[in-house]
Amino acid sequence: MENIIFERIKKEIAENDVVLFLKGTAIFPQCGFSAAVVQVLSQLGVAFDDFNVLEDNDIREGIKEFSNWPTIPQLYVKGEFIGGCDIVREMYETGELTDLLAEKGVSFNAAA
Amino acid sequence: MAMSASEITNMIKEALPDADVRIEDLRGDGDHYAAYITSAAFEGKSRVQQHQIVYAALQGKMGNELHALALQTFVPNS
Repeated sequence: MENIIFERIKKEIAENDVVLFLKGTAIFPQCGFSAAVVQVLSQLGVAFDDFNVLEDNDIREGIKEFSNWPTIPQLYVKGEFIGGCDIVREMYETGELTDLLAEKGVSFNAAA
Repeated sequence: MAMSASEITNMIKEALPDADVRIEDLRGDGDHYAAYITSAAFEGKSRVQQHQIVYAALQGKMGNELHALALQTFVPNS
C-alpha cells in the first residue's frame, strides 16, 4: 500500500522539475504557509507543478513519511526535497534559492 | 490540544541538552509559535536535516498538536 503511494510521489517529482505539494492550488492556496511558498515561486517566475494534497489524502499523509517532514507545504526541485515554508522563505531571502535553481538548471526570472 | 511554549522548550532541550531555545508566541493564542534554536547538534547539517532533528525532538507533535511552529536553526559561533 505504502509502496504504491511512494511510487506515485517518486513519479510526480521525477516528471516535474519543480513540484510543490501544498494545501490548495497555486491560484488558490488554502493555507498561509502554502501561500507563502507559492508567492516566492511566483515572484521568481518559476514554473511549478502544484499538487493539492487536500484532494488526495494518501499523498497528504504519504508525503510526510516520504520526506520525513511533518508539515505541508513541501518543495521538491529536480527530485530533491528542498524544505517547507520556513526554509524556502529563508533561502529566498539569502539568495540561496536562486543559486539552487541556477545550479539545478531550472529557469527563473533573475530580475526578481 | 495546543502546546505551551515551555512544553516545546522542554521537549527540545530533552533531545538537545545544549540547545539555546527561544520561543515566541506569535499571536498570543498558544498555537502559532516561532522558535529560534541554537545547538552544536546542527553543525555540518543541511537546513532540512537541522529541522528534522527538531521535529524528531518534538516526537510527532509537529503537524498535530503543534499546528504552526516557524523554525530557525543556528549553529553556535565558535
